[in-house]
Amino acid sequence: MLIEPMHTASTAPDLNATQKLALSVHGSGWLLLIASAYSALKNQALMMLILSVILIVAGAVIYIWKTEMSRPEGVANHHIWRSSLTNGNALCYLIAFALTSFYVFYYWSYDMFGFEVFEPLYRLLDPLSYALRGEATKHWFFYGTLYTFAILITGFRVLLKYRHNRYQVIRTGSVMFFQTIFAWLIPALLVLFKQPEKYLNYSWPLSYKDLWPQNFMELWHSDTKLGLVLALYGLAFTFILTPILTYYFGKRWYCSWVCGCGGLANTLGDPWRQLSDKSEKAWKIEKVTIYSVLGFVIISTLLLWVSWKFSIMTGFSSGLSKSYGFLIGLVFSGAIGVGFYPIFGTRVWCRFGCPQAAILGMLQRVFSRFRITTNGSQCISCGNCSTYCEMGIDVRSYAQKGENINRASCVGCGICANVCPRGVLSLENGPMTTKYNSELKFIGDMKSK
Amino acid sequence: MSKLVIIGNGVTGATLAKRVRELDSEKEIVLISNESPYFFSRPALMYIYMGHMTEKQTRPFEDHKWDDWKISRLQTMINSIDYNKKHCLTDTGEKISYDELVIASGSKPNKFGWPGQDLEAVQGLYSLQDLYSMEKWSSTTKRAVIVGGGLIGVEMAEMFLTRGIEVTFLVREKEFWNTILPVGESRMVAKHMAEHHVDLRPQTELKEIHSDENGRVGSITTSTGEKIDCEFVGLTAGVSPNIDAFKDSDLNCDRGVLIDRQLQTNIENVYAAGDCAQFTEPYEGRRPIEQVWYTGKNQAMILAEIICKGDVHNYIPGIWFNSAKFFDIEYQTYGTVMGKLPEGEDTLFWQDKNGKRSFRVNYLKGSKTITGFNFMGIRGRHLICEQWLSENKTVEYVLTNLGALNFDPEFYTLFESSVINEYNTINPESKVSLKTKKGLFSKLFRTLEEVK
Repeated sequence: MLIEPMHTASTAPDLNATQKLALSVHGSGWLLLIASAYSALKNQALMMLILSVILIVAGAVIYIWKTEMSRPEGVANHHIWRSSLTNGNALCYLIAFALTSFYVFYYWSYDMFGFEVFEPLYRLLDPLSYALRGEATKHWFFYGTLYTFAILITGFRVLLKYRHNRYQVIRTGSVMFFQTIFAWLIPALLVLFKQPEKYLNYSWPLSYKDLWPQNFMELWHSDTKLGLVLALYGLAFTFILTPILTYYFGKRWYCSWVCGCGGLANTLGDPWRQLSDKSEKAWKIEKVTIYSVLGFVIISTLLLWVSWKFSIMTGFSSGLSKSYGFLIGLVFSGAIGVGFYPIFGTRVWCRFGCPQAAILGMLQRVFSRFRITTNGSQCISCGNCSTYCEMGIDVRSYAQKGENINRASCVGCGICANVCPRGVLSLENGPMTTKYNSELKFIGDMKSK
Repeated sequence: MSKLVIIGNGVTGATLAKRVRELDSEKEIVLISNESPYFFSRPALMYIYMGHMTEKQTRPFEDHKWDDWKISRLQTMINSIDYNKKHCLTDTGEKISYDELVIASGSKPNKFGWPGQDLEAVQGLYSLQDLYSMEKWSSTTKRAVIVGGGLIGVEMAEMFLTRGIEVTFLVREKEFWNTILPVGESRMVAKHMAEHHVDLRPQTELKEIHSDENGRVGSITTSTGEKIDCEFVGLTAGVSPNIDAFKDSDLNCDRGVLIDRQLQTNIENVYAAGDCAQFTEPYEGRRPIEQVWYTGKNQAMILAEIICKGDVHNYIPGIWFNSAKFFDIEYQTYGTVMGKLPEGEDTLFWQDKNGKRSFRVNYLKGSKTITGFNFMGIRGRHLICEQWLSENKTVEYVLTNLGALNFDPEFYTLFESSVINEYNTINPESKVSLKTKKGLFSKLFRTLEEVK
């Protein structure tokens, strides 16, 4: 055999002094935050919170700036498969373990130990929670704040990394905006003004409880008029806005521009996007799992309504919906969906589980002007597009045949077009008649006939 | 059941094998290579080195596909061929019989007899083994000298710089790659390489390579007499057909294996295609040997039909196009744009302020019929370029409908009106204005159909 293994040692250039300093400042910010929460310093919550957040942000911003701006703008994927932090090997497993552990403790520490291990951190966040929501920090506000913070900090990195590509810049700005305003600030203000809390960038089925009879009716009949508006908003989001926008722009308007899950995947998760499995086998599994989850959410929601209306099978219905909430809502979309970023790539949940993505995908496949156009015969089969597709689509298999890419799973992130060294791929909206172009299999072929 | 043997599993050999299987489910197909058991994308070698991809990810088909398609792959070197007895002889003396034979053995880097060219850490970049060798020398290389200003040279420079290895780039011409690139584009590339800290030396040639005490390169001398210390020398002054094993035989060869327009050699049932093949009668405006990814692929597609269906049609190369990437600047060309503008042609060249994007269209004086396009830092739409070139559109038609050529991602700054302003400034008598805005070519096709 003539094949020799490549040297696998990481050859990423060493960090310079500024980068090291910035990382230390960032790390010490986190240490200070945790130390304050779990010590007597918690009595100075506001001061310690401000101080540690300043350190965390300043460290991150300086590190990211130094790292990204020290190179000319352009595709920057050097050393990704040579570094254990990003190539799916040892350090990736360590990070995945840490992320998953966070979710396990966050969800179940009360059940396991009788107290919430992050409770002291909630108290540290209280000044913020009181200011925004007029109440002490709740379980979900802690998570939502951390989540938004992560999207903003790592979104800053993504903005600089892809600064040569205006589609990426605007798109990243959009997910940062929707997370901060629609999923964090507006829900907080709704609470402050004694209105029902609602995340405005989610709807059923991703936000599965929205159409559970009890939740929906509570909103519908709430004392304030806004409840009714929000209930109608949720329905319109799923059944009117989604088909219309998907027809014009494809699934991407939601998954890559608005959704918080997609937002986290494309910011915090960006360093691991290449780890998604591109095999046909993975594609087969994906089709089974994602449509199973969709079926699960539809059946469990319908059964709840049947039970609510006719007062039958109430035990079964609520059991089914509760198991959906636990298995899909907590374990799949959270612990696995985010925790396994560094192992299965960043869109594990979006690809294998999300019922919203399943619906958007079906619309995109059959009733949408969106497609990724392949540019004639310029493809050199290099595989950058497939490698960096977070949804595990073997983009190259279409591009090298000159075929447009029309896949239900494509979230339109645009990275395949960005990493293509030959200008072969472009995200486009156009007439349905030109969506599929399989008759143009090959330029040479076409000409000879 | 006949047996097809293909020597070489690069893009030509692999495409051929796959296409023959699509047309004929029975034929025995043997794909021979001493390079890699699996077809991989040769232009992607640089991405393995830079850590953008793993070697496995450069393979366009999943490994199990070759077994699914019943295409056997042999890892061996062919030393000679007996055309009378119809068998190939491997370096271990094994005989591989064939009914039809296709030579698709690709290229090898040129060496021009430089003193010291066979020292250690002096090499080209063509094969997977070349890549491994580059990898092996990299950790002990502080400076690399690259000789020959072509596409592979730029790739090599980009690769080394990702490892913090300094690069000196010797180029014979005054302007970079000026045989192909007009001066405007050429200077953009040179300037961009300087931004990436490439030490570019125009009008400088390699004179001699000197050994260190271990038989590895230690320094070189240039044609200007300068001595440059280096631990690696990259020879990237082009490639030539890899046909040493077939040269001294009944097979007619020149620089490459000579073929007719049905890719047939002078021996019955023996064909050649891709980098190693040379057309006895070259096509008008085309080189007799074309070492490009898509020409190999196109030839393989036609050859599969010829082998499976008999005399179907000639290979038609179509309108020339190519593309490359110089660090961060993408380059696309369609039709005929060379370094030197031919007599009787005019050119319109637009470049943005910071020298990262440019557009060029060449056209005949008088009739204003277009002859070719160059795009730098802008993506052109292949099918439209091809269509307009084959329909002999005028430069003014092109400018009026320029939006249809634009294949850039959404939200990118549009270049169309700047180009038109440029043209109208030079030609004050003919005021062109933009009609077709950026968008799907289908829009254009539709309007064309409506006109008809």
